Amino acid sequence: MFRNPIRKLCTAAVAAAFAVAAAPALAKEPIKIGEINSYKAQPAFLEPYKKGMQLAIDQINASGGILGRQVELITRDDNANPGDAVRLAEELVSREKVDVLTGSFLSHIGLALTDFAKQKKVFFLAGEPLTDKIVWQNGNHYTFRLRPSTYMQVAMLMPEAAALKKKRWAIVYPNYEYGQSAAATFKELLKAAQPDAEIVAEQAPPLGKVDAGSVVQALADAKPDAIFNVLFGADLAKFVREGNTRGLFKGREVVSLLTGEPEYLDPLKDEAPNGWLVTGYPWYAINTPEHKAFLAAYKKAFNDHPRLGSIVGYSAIMSLAAGIKKAGSTDTEKLIAAFSGLTVDTPFGKISYRPEDHQSTMGGYVGRTKNEGGKGVMVDFRYIDGAKVLPSAAEVKKLRPAG
Amino acid sequence: MTARKPLLVASGLSKSFGGVKAVDGIDFTLAAGELLALIGPNGAGKSTTFNLVNGQLVADTGSIRFGGREMVGMKPRDIWRMGVGRTFQIAATFASLTVVENVQMALVSADDRLYSMWRRAADYRRSDALDLLDLVGMAGQADRPCSVLAYGDVKRVELAIALANQPKLLLMDEPTAGMAPRERNDLMALTKSLVVERGIAVLFTEHSMDVVFAYADRIIVLARGRLIAEGAPQTIRDHPDVQQVYFGSGKTFEKAAAAKGTA
Amino acid sequence: MDAVASFVAQLLNGLAGASSLFLVAAGLSLIFGVTRIVNFAHGSFYMVGIYAAYSAVAWIGEGPGYWAGLVLAAVAVGVLGALIEILLLRRIYHAPELFQLLATFALVLVIKDAALWLWGPEELLGPRAPGLRGSVPILGRQFPSYDLFLIVVGPLVLGLLWLLLTRTRFGTLVRAATQDREMVGALGVNQAWLFTAVFALGAMLAGLGGALQLPREPANLELDLATIGAAFVVVVVGGMGSIPGAYVAALLIAELKAICIWLGVVEIAGVSISFSKLTLVVEFLVMAVVLVVRPWGLMGRPQAPSRNAGAAEAPLRAPDRLAKAAIAAVVLALFALPALSSQSPYVVILTIDILVAVLFAASLHFIMGPGGMHSFGHAAYFGLGAYGAAILLRATGAPMEIALIAAPLIAAVGALVFGWFCVRLSGVYLAMLTLAFAQIAWAIVYQWDAFTGGSNGLTGVWPSAWFSDKRAYYALTLALVLAGVFVLRRILYAPFGYAMRAVRDSTLRADAIGIDVKRVQWVAFVIGGLVAGLAGALFAFSKGSISPETLHVAKSVDGLVMVLLGGVQTLAGPVVGATLFTWLHDSVARSTEYWRAMLGGIILILVLLFPQGVAGFVRQVVYGRREAKGGS
Repeated sequence: MFRNPIRKLCTAAVAAAFAVAAAPALAKEPIKIGEINSYKAQPAFLEPYKKGMQLAIDQINASGGILGRQVELITRDDNANPGDAVRLAEELVSREKVDVLTGSFLSHIGLALTDFAKQKKVFFLAGEPLTDKIVWQNGNHYTFRLRPSTYMQVAMLMPEAAALKKKRWAIVYPNYEYGQSAAATFKELLKAAQPDAEIVAEQAPPLGKVDAGSVVQALADAKPDAIFNVLFGADLAKFVREGNTRGLFKGREVVSLLTGEPEYLDPLKDEAPNGWLVTGYPWYAINTPEHKAFLAAYKKAFNDHPRLGSIVGYSAIMSLAAGIKKAGSTDTEKLIAAFSGLTVDTPFGKISYRPEDHQSTMGGYVGRTKNEGGKGVMVDFRYIDGAKVLPSAAEVKKLRPAG
Repeated sequence: MTARKPLLVASGLSKSFGGVKAVDGIDFTLAAGELLALIGPNGAGKSTTFNLVNGQLVADTGSIRFGGREMVGMKPRDIWRMGVGRTFQIAATFASLTVVENVQMALVSADDRLYSMWRRAADYRRSDALDLLDLVGMAGQADRPCSVLAYGDVKRVELAIALANQPKLLLMDEPTAGMAPRERNDLMALTKSLVVERGIAVLFTEHSMDVVFAYADRIIVLARGRLIAEGAPQTIRDHPDVQQVYFGSGKTFEKAAAAKGTA
Repeated sequence: MDAVASFVAQLLNGLAGASSLFLVAAGLSLIFGVTRIVNFAHGSFYMVGIYAAYSAVAWIGEGPGYWAGLVLAAVAVGVLGALIEILLLRRIYHAPELFQLLATFALVLVIKDAALWLWGPEELLGPRAPGLRGSVPILGRQFPSYDLFLIVVGPLVLGLLWLLLTRTRFGTLVRAATQDREMVGALGVNQAWLFTAVFALGAMLAGLGGALQLPREPANLELDLATIGAAFVVVVVGGMGSIPGAYVAALLIAELKAICIWLGVVEIAGVSISFSKLTLVVEFLVMAVVLVVRPWGLMGRPQAPSRNAGAAEAPLRAPDRLAKAAIAAVVLALFALPALSSQSPYVVILTIDILVAVLFAASLHFIMGPGGMHSFGHAAYFGLGAYGAAILLRATGAPMEIALIAAPLIAAVGALVFGWFCVRLSGVYLAMLTLAFAQIAWAIVYQWDAFTGGSNGLTGVWPSAWFSDKRAYYALTLALVLAGVFVLRRILYAPFGYAMRAVRDSTLRADAIGIDVKRVQWVAFVIGGLVAGLAGALFAFSKGSISPETLHVAKSVDGLVMVLLGGVQTLAGPVVGATLFTWLHDSVARSTEYWRAMLGGIILILVLLFPQGVAGFVRQVVYGRREAKGGS
């Protein structure tokens, strides 16, 4: 049949070409990432987050995938209900046969999935939930977390807050775990940094239902020198407007968690406060090459600017890609081994996943807010590496029974 | 009035609502096998008196003794357990139960089996219930839902329910209200025969004077909370005070009854 | 001295808050008084009001047009209300009581997604009101001038409503309808248009309440549910249908909140108590206390016995051969399911959720249908069961088997205590007291970090080793759910079940045949709580973790939706409803982005097609003719 060598050669070449072309489609199944989040309940944060993930997936697949396989993202909406989230996790694992799980925004859902990962021995990368428990008290072998935790957010602000040398502090936080532990951490770190400081007022309004007028007045009546704020979202907008009207912020320093994130700063518009010390994401002014590249790609893909959620979504997928690449497989144990100490390039620069508590060293930007022509921005900011504010391995050992 | 020993003795009953005396010191007695009608113009205190006897209201003063036991202060359900059955002005049955189940419900309660959670209620003393329905001529409709019955039939079912715990006394609030004249007579004739057969005492209020004078053994008349007359139908018919208080002077019972009937 | 000034200033804050609360509550109260509709979508009207005001002001521009924008927004919401009444609610007034609640629940879902689609996910903070941007000094404090305006608006609207209700023919009709709605029909008034007008007016008031918040808070997608709860509390505390009552209640609650915030953290006998945290639940505490002391609210009157427009429930029949065969087939299929679905293991996982939902819905149906006690807080007993199991497992190390037995008992104890108070009430007041207790239980669980894990909940609640395989756990769940449903069914066919229905059909007659009405209701309530507790425990072990959501009002509402969807007047109703709802929820949420709107839309279609519920419809088709003929 193959008497003609040239013809034989041609046939072989065509066959080989077919084989190469067909290989990703036939021989190699795509790597499946299962993702669960409260999309409809938290759309302001999670729509940009989803776009960030999409951008990462597109970039990875355009450059040939991981381990020669394409990456497929399967997302699920948990309706902000941990019970639903666990069912969806089971669905992703059993029906969609995903290789890894990621996602979650609300802390209690993050914790439910953390425990699910441990029970079912599934790899889980918690993207956004802030509670310290995910990596410490409830931390386990199977779970890693990307975003800087509540503790880290507070710790990033602490040096500058203490440098204000204010004695009388008032605290306001939403009455659930995030607010409570942020307030507790703040008190603890403040006491350590500045033993003579005292808390003169403490308000804990229900999440999403702050009676801003009363709360602002109660804080003002305590005559604090400075205020530590943990409110965000609609609560923050109400608080800021009432505070501005009632002159609460006049002559007082305000230290505020997350307020510099565009998700929360943008909606304040002309109400945006001046001079608050905040953590956040000044996407318009970060000049590092890695961020510039990300910003350009994001704007090109979505014709919109990124929010912090975009960074988290993008970096979560990039982390998983880097981990799988390093492990050379999607096997759970190999992946866990690869993630310990894994270094990933993100728009915020290089981060790594600490072996001692599975927390990434992604940090955040700390700066002052400024109302620039009716629009809130962050100025005088600097990036604080998460590694610098995380407790040492020895301390973590005490916090993390799972080891 | 009667030689029989009274079953029910009410004495000195009073009840006020916000300072207004609805019932003001009335006394009456009722013997087994007797039909006593309680009449009076609107606002005379009939309903109040009636509800004092059935336990829905508690008298301010006075006493109601039933078979020698004081009933003032007792709850309606306990009064029922002493052997006092009731029918309502607007018939009240259990709409989602069948006719026979309505009667069975009363039997279950009479036997103290309300909290039985396992055996099937549908079989509970069904034949006894059917016998009771037979008495009131409703056995043929035993398995229909009570909600689809004609009003006259609902009244009959009520009567069967009231008979379920073999009462000594029946309290009937406007037993024929809302019924056609023909049905009224049928129901009252039935009641009368049951009463005579079983020696039950009946206290009833009634708007239809035809019914009152045809079936009551004795009548008491209330006006503005006071008892103004008592006696056999003929005595009441001729009683000048009753004529005066009840209708003013010009009208007769028959005219008034006719007017009621068309209203 | 300054403490006094500070206190008085807080009372002023409370006054401003009361006005906002009153506006939404007044509309809700009117709607309930006349139409007897429990309008879940009222908070959505409020939310649309503030969004519409934002857009109107953006379109008209600031300046005096601002106020026109606010009014325009309120009118637009009124029109929306009228349309909803005409196109939807009018078609289902003859359905069984409370069924309209299902339609308004679906509207909440649809309106929320519509708002997301129209206005986007970001909060929209409106501009300040022209002329009232700043503050005025009062008691040495800067008090927002807009709040002073609000303080006036509340009593002003109260006065206008009072004039409308007492000085106009429309008002006379509304008051008459609130007392006895059949009488209005008898008076020859076009009842349909009266209902439309009242619904539109109520919606407009909610829209106005929302629009007036534009200068105070950002329009956001959480406002609907945040508002509806508070509005219901105000209406009930004030007394359903009483407009002045609504104002008094709004004032009471707003002032109590202001005082709690004023108190802040207080040291009492060495224990520091955060009154600020109490604002999480203060309105429900007020409601519970008021209802226990005054069963019809502060200024309400006893509700006329609900003369339901819908058809009476058909008597219970023993299942015939067809029904028995159907039940047997379903049970067999359920036992065979793991073997049949070995290729798609998710079927088993989803079916566990469905089974748990079935048991929960059946327990709610038990007290709500045959028991006639509408519970808006049934999740409390589900949650008590779930937490009971979890805490027992974690704290004492008891195995799952023990926890599964103990958890329902814990829930039953909760039902025993709460039920004792609840059965003393009736109708919507009873429903709202169950809600108040459930919210109080929720708040305790949400706050008590050390014991319940607080808002994060508890993890590590996994089944014993031999049930850790999903198929084994499925078998366990199936057995217990079948047993639970069977026992409930058996009780309903027993004398006690008949007594429950007797008590529901006619309290008067039941009392007159020696039935202790309250005790029968109480026992039924406890049985319902016990079974809900079992469902909760099964849920906990199927998820491995639990959180306060298990006893949140949203869970209670899910239960109501399941029961109503399936049909409250049939025993199969909760089973069908729970299955349908859970399955729909799962598949719709997966398949489309705007799944809430889609789910709401599907429920609306089902509502219009099957006003007796799905199971009720099936029964009507299969047995309708026989029942119409009246039995055997």
